[in-house]
Amino acid sequence: MKNKKIITLAHGSGGKLSSALIKGILKSFRSPILKKLDDSAVLEGIPSCGKGRLAFTTDSYVINPIFFPGGDIGKLAVCGTINDLSMVGAIPMYLSVSAIIEEGFSMNDLNKIIISMALTAKKAGVEIVTGDTKVVGRGNADKLFINTSGIGIIGESVRISSSNAKPGDMIILSGAIADHGMAVISSRKEFGFKTTIKSDCAPLNKLVMAMLKTSRNIHVMRDPTRGGLASALNEIAENSKVGIEINEKDIPVNKQARGLCEMLGFDPLYVANEGKLIAVAPRKDSLRILAAMKKVSEGKNAVVIGEVVSSHQKKVLLNTVIGGKRIVDMLSGEQLPRIC
Amino acid sequence: MKYIKKFNNPEQVKKLLTGINSLSLGKVNLMEVCGTHTVAMFRHGIRGMLPDNINILSGPGCPVCVTSQKDIDKIISLTGKKDIIIATFGDMIKVPGTISSLGEEKAKGADIRVVYSPNESLCIARNNPGKKVVFMAIGFETTSPLIALCVQDAGREGLKNYFVLCSHKLVVPAMSALLETKDVHIDGFICPGHVSITVGADAYNIIAEKYGVPCVIAGFEASDILQSIYMLLKQIKERSNIVEVQYSRVVSCRGNRTSQQLLSAVFTVADAQWRGLGTIPCSGLKLRKEYSPFDADENFDFTNIKSRENPACSCGAVLRGVKKPPECKMFGKACTPENPYGPCMVSTEGACSAYYKYSR
Repeated sequence: MKNKKIITLAHGSGGKLSSALIKGILKSFRSPILKKLDDSAVLEGIPSCGKGRLAFTTDSYVINPIFFPGGDIGKLAVCGTINDLSMVGAIPMYLSVSAIIEEGFSMNDLNKIIISMALTAKKAGVEIVTGDTKVVGRGNADKLFINTSGIGIIGESVRISSSNAKPGDMIILSGAIADHGMAVISSRKEFGFKTTIKSDCAPLNKLVMAMLKTSRNIHVMRDPTRGGLASALNEIAENSKVGIEINEKDIPVNKQARGLCEMLGFDPLYVANEGKLIAVAPRKDSLRILAAMKKVSEGKNAVVIGEVVSSHQKKVLLNTVIGGKRIVDMLSGEQLPRIC
Repeated sequence: MKYIKKFNNPEQVKKLLTGINSLSLGKVNLMEVCGTHTVAMFRHGIRGMLPDNINILSGPGCPVCVTSQKDIDKIISLTGKKDIIIATFGDMIKVPGTISSLGEEKAKGADIRVVYSPNESLCIARNNPGKKVVFMAIGFETTSPLIALCVQDAGREGLKNYFVLCSHKLVVPAMSALLETKDVHIDGFICPGHVSITVGADAYNIIAEKYGVPCVIAGFEASDILQSIYMLLKQIKERSNIVEVQYSRVVSCRGNRTSQQLLSAVFTVADAQWRGLGTIPCSGLKLRKEYSPFDADENFDFTNIKSRENPACSCGAVLRGVKKPPECKMFGKACTPENPYGPCMVSTEGACSAYYKYSR
C-alpha cells in the first residue's frame, strides 16, 4: 500500500518530507557545496575573484493568497532571496526574477507585484538585473509563481554555516515569531477572521551587516521560514551535531498571532516567518551582537532564547513556561487547524 | 488571552504540584479522553512533572484515530468517480485505508479538497452544481452540530448534490465501553473540555454512578489540567465518585441546549464502529430519514468494500489505553508521521503522533 513514488503536498511544507526530498535530489547532483545545505551556496576559488567568495542562492514562491497583510508574493520573493544570501554572511548584490503567469491573471495585479519587488529591492540596496516571464494556460499555475536567484559577496573572515554551532554558544532570535504565517492564514477567505496581524516580511541584509560589524565570530545564521523556528533549530542541531536548549518564556510571540494560534491549535514554533533570523554565537560575543541588533529596526526586539549544549545531540529541548521540558521536533507535514 | 497567561503561571503550577504530591496514593491510572488534552499535556511538559505513581493513559478521544477502517475505505472508494468532489478535514488526508489514502488519490488527480470548516463543503457544493460533493464528517459532539447546520441549510436550499458520510461519534458511550471491556483499570477520567460544553457535565453521571469512576471535566491550560488531576486524586483518596467541573468558565451541568436540539433535529443515535473498540451500541450519529437525500450511506453503494486493518498496527490497543505508543513494535521505526501505518500517528491529536513529536 505504501506508494512512495508520488510527490504530495506534504513534500512542500518545509518539514521532514521536504528535507528528505531535497536530500534525495542532492544524491544526483553530487556537489559538496550543495551537500552543506546552507541557505546559500558559498563559492570559493573562482578565477579572477582572488580570495573572495561568492554566495549564490535560488528560491521559488507559490504562496496563496498572493496579496496578504504586510506584503505580497513579489516582496516575499525579493526578501526571501536577499535573506538567504544574508544568512551565510554575504552582502546581497544582484537578483534575477522569473515569473510563471497563469492565463487570465490581472495585469493590474501583476503591475502591483512588480512595483512591490522594485521598491523592496531598492530599499535593500540590491539590483534586479535579469529575468524571464512565461505564460501558461488557465489552470496550469495558481495565478503566479515567482523564482528569484541571487548572488552576493562574502567577506574574508566571515565563516557562517549551519554546521558551525558549538556547545556553549548562545542562540539569539531577532524578534517575535509566527506573524507571517498567521497573517497569511487570517487573510484566507475560508476562515473569515478579522485581525490586524501583518506579515513580518522584510529584508535582513542591513541587520546582518550591523551584526557582522560588531562580531566576525557568528557561527550560524538561519531565517526560520517554512517549518518555523522549530525546524530551523532542528536543522542547526542536526548539521552541527549538537544539542539545543531553548526557553519558552523567552520566545516572543505577538498577542494576536498567539491568540489565533490558540484558536486554530497551531504551535507558534512551527509557523513561518519571513523577516526574522536566528544567530548562534559564542557567549562572549552575544551581548554585543544583541546590542547591535537592537539598534536596527528589524532587530529591535532581539532576544536570547537559549543555548547550544553538548548533551542530547541533534535534538532540541524546550523548557516550558511552567517548568516542564519537552522535545521540539522538526515539522512533519503542515500544521492543520484543530477539528474539535 | 488572559486565561493563557493566568492558567500557565509557574507559581500556580508549583502549588498544584505540591498539592498533588501531598495526596500520597499508590499507583493510579488516570485516563485523559480528549486528543487536545493528550497534546496539551505534552506541550506543557506535564507528564514529566507528575509523581511516578500517576500513570496517565490516553483514551479514544481523537476523532481521526477512532474512525473505522471501513469508513476510511468508503470515502476513498468514491475518489475514483469523476463527478465526485471529496471534502475533508486535513488530518484525514494521510490516514491509510486498506489499499490507499485520500492523499495518494489526491496526488493521482482525484478532486479532494481540504476544508477548515464543514461550511466550506457546502460552499463547494453550491459552486459546483454539476458535481456531487461528499463531506467526510468525523468528530465528536463539538463538531457534529456544525454538520447538522450544513445539512439543514442544504435542505432549505434544495441542494441535490451535497452528501455527508457520517462518522460522528459520541464520547460517553465509548467511556462506558472501555469500562465494560476491563482491558485496563481506570481510576479516574480527565473528561474532554470542548465536548462537555455541548453535552454538559450531567452526561457523565452514568460513568460515576454505574461504574463508580470519578470524572473531572478539564480545561486545556496547564493549571486546568493539573487542578483536574488534583481533584481526581482527592476523589480517589476520599473514595468518592462524582462528576466535577474544573472547566467551570465554559462548562455547565446541562450543556448547550441549542446544540443538543440541533443534533436531535438532524441526527438519530445509532450503533457505530470504532477503531480499537469494535461496534459500540448507540455511540454514533446517523442522519434522520428526512435528511436521507444527504446521507452518503443511503446514496452510494459501499457493499463491496472489504476492509482490513494492518495487523501490525497497535492503534486499537493505544486507543483503549492498553498500550502506550512506544510499546508498539512499529513506533518510530516503520511507523512515523512521514510514513504512518495507522491514524494515531497521522492525527496531530493522536497519541502516537504526540509521543513521537514530544517525547522520543
